Amino acid sequence: MPSDSVLRLVWIYPDLLSTYGDQGNVLVLEQRARRRGIAVETVHVRSADPVPEQGDVYLIGGGEDRPQILAAERLRRDGGLHRAVARGAALLAVCAGYQIMGSTFGGEEGQPVDGIGLLDIASGRGAARAVGELVAEADPALGIPVLTGFENHMGVTRLGPGVRPLSRTVVGTGNGDGTEGCYAGKIVGTYLHGPALARNPGLADLLLTWAVGAQLPPIDDTWFERLRQERLTAVRPA
Amino acid sequence: MTQLPLRAQLASALGRTAATLSRATGRGDGSVIGGRVGLALEPDLLRKLAQDRRLALVSATNGKTTTTRLITSALQELGGVATNAFGANMPAGHVSALSSAKDAPYGVLEVDEKYLPEVIETTGAGVVVLMNLSRDQMDRAAEIWLLAQKWRRALVARNTHVIANADDPLVAWGASTAARVTWVSVGQPWKEDSWCCPECGGPLDRGGMDYVPPGGHAPGVAVRQADGSVPAAPGSPASPAAPGGGLAENDWACRECSFRRPAPTWFLDGETVVDPRGQRWPLDIRLPGRANRANAVVALATAEAFGLPVQRALPRLAEVTSVAGRYTTVEREGRQARLLLAKNPAGWLEAFDVLDPALPVILSVNAQGPDGRDTSWLWDVDYRVLRGRPVYVTGERRLDLALRLDVAEVPFQLTESFGHALAVQPPGKVDVIANYTAFQQIRSEFGRAV
Repeated sequence: MPSDSVLRLVWIYPDLLSTYGDQGNVLVLEQRARRRGIAVETVHVRSADPVPEQGDVYLIGGGEDRPQILAAERLRRDGGLHRAVARGAALLAVCAGYQIMGSTFGGEEGQPVDGIGLLDIASGRGAARAVGELVAEADPALGIPVLTGFENHMGVTRLGPGVRPLSRTVVGTGNGDGTEGCYAGKIVGTYLHGPALARNPGLADLLLTWAVGAQLPPIDDTWFERLRQERLTAVRPA
Repeated sequence: MTQLPLRAQLASALGRTAATLSRATGRGDGSVIGGRVGLALEPDLLRKLAQDRRLALVSATNGKTTTTRLITSALQELGGVATNAFGANMPAGHVSALSSAKDAPYGVLEVDEKYLPEVIETTGAGVVVLMNLSRDQMDRAAEIWLLAQKWRRALVARNTHVIANADDPLVAWGASTAARVTWVSVGQPWKEDSWCCPECGGPLDRGGMDYVPPGGHAPGVAVRQADGSVPAAPGSPASPAAPGGGLAENDWACRECSFRRPAPTWFLDGETVVDPRGQRWPLDIRLPGRANRANAVVALATAEAFGLPVQRALPRLAEVTSVAGRYTTVEREGRQARLLLAKNPAGWLEAFDVLDPALPVILSVNAQGPDGRDTSWLWDVDYRVLRGRPVYVTGERRLDLALRLDVAEVPFQLTESFGHALAVQPPGKVDVIANYTAFQQIRSEFGRAV
């Protein structure tokens, strides 16, 4: 948390990578911080703009192949996100944004494209599109409940020794090897696409806790919990 | 029109029989099954049925059914028109439409965005109408930049006259390989899919506004751009920084390459259409809202491409009051519910524009196959406009919408079903916005009045 007590959320390249409700993650973080009395400033970084280095939580979303490649090029050239992560900022990278964080990912024709190397992962293009509900048990070390969401991607991601799996899949495909997403330090990557935090307020609070550096008081989670239970009941094998 | 070969005649007749059976048995309006039976017998049937007719193909993410209806109504001034009025917008539906109006010299066909290249190729249509492209049911739909690229390829080296919305950058890009384009300016309220240049990927400047996310922000949040400035919303007074590079409203241009908005010759200006001669015509139509005024301008430009002047086309547009159940009112026990269909974020934006601010509103959301199984799009809609009126939430995915409204701090009441939501209203009028299958469920329970 910065000294002026404003939580700074930085939304990276919404003009390129915000294909399906990715803004939901920004909104959920804003709302959960505001309901705890934390002042919030949200910065939209268009793809032509430099990524500011003084943010607390950075978010990057999903998108089509071509914008994904453009985003990787621009992030590498800019370097702002690397500097922010080096100074200890938290980062949530979703779907195409998740793949970008690795060493490589699959382009339009499956050709390897260089990532930006913030996570020890390598992605490629799978044989079939993974589309549907996803349920995964989070790494117990994170202390958050079962993850629920929707995935829609063709990616297959191999995790290197520098990261830990975020979760183990119960329903769905995730990384493609029985794990889903990964984390290292304060960086979280996931195939739970779009508004992943709307279905996983525990993950939202984990990011806020990392940014604020303190435990957060509980807030009224009625609607989050009702949605989670309805989805988990509908999707999880009996 | 010329006689169809015997095999095609037989296929066409069998198709019509199947359609009649489908309608008679109450299974549907028959438009798709009729075409499927026909196509199975004669794959080239669509090509033959299209021959010797003057055809317009109408494609877009939103508004294609309504605009098809408006153009059809206008062209009836000239003669018989074959059309797929029920939104069966793939080749089977086109066969069904054309074979059920064999002698009509004109045809107006709504075409699914993905099938457009194939249908242009098969029918050789002389006129193609392109209105908007935006995110829609992404768990199964093609990526829209790829769609626009396929449109470009389909239009190359053909003698097609395209009528296209110049204000939608992706549509402008998709249409610009055509030999002849009539550019219309009908606005683009939903801009989230076109902040980057379709040609080079660079940032697009949009007239009078900075980037503003579609879902709004939580209350009390300070919003900044990367340089620390506050983004200018559309319609806000021009800031010293001249948002959007000083472009006029609806104009756009790439900051890094030469791609920019083509010069339009038709304009929607509030409640008025301005034709290529600069003459202004009040848009006296029955369908409500900004989106339908935009559809009407596109229909008038298309009519003129068929040689029908505005003064003859405009009265025909006013005859259209409801399209496939959209904007109709259903009634039960003194409650009159007006039905608005909204299938994607751009459609919700247009539906909000039609709402009566004095009335309560019922929102119904499903996530069946035709809707897209994924409800993520709810986060791309700014529901804050609904604050201050009673809001009722229903549908199979009502909890997804309930959380969305909770985060937006829009007060609402959760109800088990549409019938229940209607029953708890005081007698009188209420507006309803529903997505595709939620809309169909309401129509089948309350009557399929068209």
